[in-house]
Amino acid sequence: MPSTDRTGDRLRIGVLALQGDFAEHLSMLREDGEGGVDAVEVRTLAQLDDVDGLVIPGGESTTIARLLIAFELLEPLRERIRGGLPVWGTCAGAILLADDVPALDREPIGVMDMTVDRNAFGSQVDSFEADLDIAGLEGPPLRAIFIRAPVFRRVGEGVEVLAALADGRIVAARQGDLLATSFHPELTDDRRLHRYFADICRARASVTDATEGAARTAS
Amino acid sequence: MTSNGNSSNGKHEVNGTDGTVATWTVKAGLAQMLKGGVIMDVTDAQQAEIAQEAGAVAVMALERVPSDIRRDGGVARMSHVSVIREIQQAVSIPVMAKARIGHFVEAQILDALGIDYIDESEVLTPADDVNHINKHPFKAPFVCGARNLGEALRRISEGAAMIRTKGEAGTGDIVEAVRHMRSIQGEIRHVQSLREDELWVAAKNLQVPVELLSSVHRDGKLPVVNFSAGGVASPADAALMMQLGAEGVFVGSGIFKSGLNEPTLEGQRAAQARMASAIVKAVTHFNDPQIIAEVSNDIPLDAMFSVSTAQMAPEQLLAGRGN
Repeated sequence: MPSTDRTGDRLRIGVLALQGDFAEHLSMLREDGEGGVDAVEVRTLAQLDDVDGLVIPGGESTTIARLLIAFELLEPLRERIRGGLPVWGTCAGAILLADDVPALDREPIGVMDMTVDRNAFGSQVDSFEADLDIAGLEGPPLRAIFIRAPVFRRVGEGVEVLAALADGRIVAARQGDLLATSFHPELTDDRRLHRYFADICRARASVTDATEGAARTAS
Repeated sequence: MTSNGNSSNGKHEVNGTDGTVATWTVKAGLAQMLKGGVIMDVTDAQQAEIAQEAGAVAVMALERVPSDIRRDGGVARMSHVSVIREIQQAVSIPVMAKARIGHFVEAQILDALGIDYIDESEVLTPADDVNHINKHPFKAPFVCGARNLGEALRRISEGAAMIRTKGEAGTGDIVEAVRHMRSIQGEIRHVQSLREDELWVAAKNLQVPVELLSSVHRDGKLPVVNFSAGGVASPADAALMMQLGAEGVFVGSGIFKSGLNEPTLEGQRAAQARMASAIVKAVTHFNDPQIIAEVSNDIPLDAMFSVSTAQMAPEQLLAGRGN
């Protein structure tokens, strides 16, 4: 990964800041002190090229999809994700990661093998919170906030289901270094999923460093 | 996101999920999702589609845009239910609608329609010149206007889950929006500078609950999202409000009253779509003058018909309604 003004070896995680609750993700990532995470806003290609992982926040998926196209970020982002950039999408972000979104009138980023239904619970008056057990997270259930939330109607073979509601509908999934949650951990004080994603980014960064180190040694 | 009253909604089944609906976190949470976005006034399904196509994060369904309310006079009420339903069916983004200040039955109707946000708005003719709606019992969250910190915290205390500075709707004059945003931001900075033992008197002077004032003292911001409204007529106006601290922007007459010099209806729609899209982009990149310059190149040559608030009689100003 190229780097400018990096403070030592600290992990740098970007949050896509075109629209939505990116500030909440930034503060959740930053307050995770012990792991040493720098969290930065990403609005441009140059900023995208300087991060070890990317969070696509909650927001309005139709708006973010349009802005990705308007500012010519969609294709570069897709390329970097296919090249190994870890990404976590929450709600709108999860919608954009899926490769099949029947109710979205723009092309999603389309890097996760799943079908996502937007506004699966109805309008805002049906938004809710619920306790959720998430595979890979230790401790008590996570209080999950669902706001006009999507559900993952179908996931492909390479996609691991991390959490489902009582009725079986999938709301958290992982495919390699890609993470999707239909709810909003950034609206709570529970940082476990942010640490979980930082661990994914850290593992990926160390693999990348090792590869680059090997390449340097060889040349 | 601490819990803030609203204990009236118990646990109940949501589509088989065993969840709890209409909690404070859920109500205030939708406003978090709208941040960095533009909410556009629309009066019919076609305008709503133009707004969504341009990248609006939500639309505000209303009977007449503020500049027409201003021109026509008379009593301005909640939109016709059939129009609200038509707009709800036309778009997938959140749909908001306005109820008159104090008109809790209009709000009950909007709640029953499954509206995503209710704006208890000074733009409509107030139904109660003393009381605002008790907003806690409703399932839909509320947004309310405010000119200063006291007004904002009183609305939040009544249950508002989002605030917008009032500005002066339907004028195309940004000066009141700037005044109200600077007022709120300035008062927040002042509250932060107080000693803790001075908060009680400050709360008394502002006529607000000390608990809410303490949260402002601690966090340096309102406990809910704060947008700007009332007078935004260009991408530059929108970016100005964002740089002054707005977390997003409401645009009323600024879009669908622009481009009216185009000879055909299609031409007007196209011009309005360009204005809408340019304002969305300017809000995303509000700190990047290069991009704001680029998008400003695309807007129609004629902005909305505007009036200077300095030349208006006090009784013509809407912002004084509700306090």
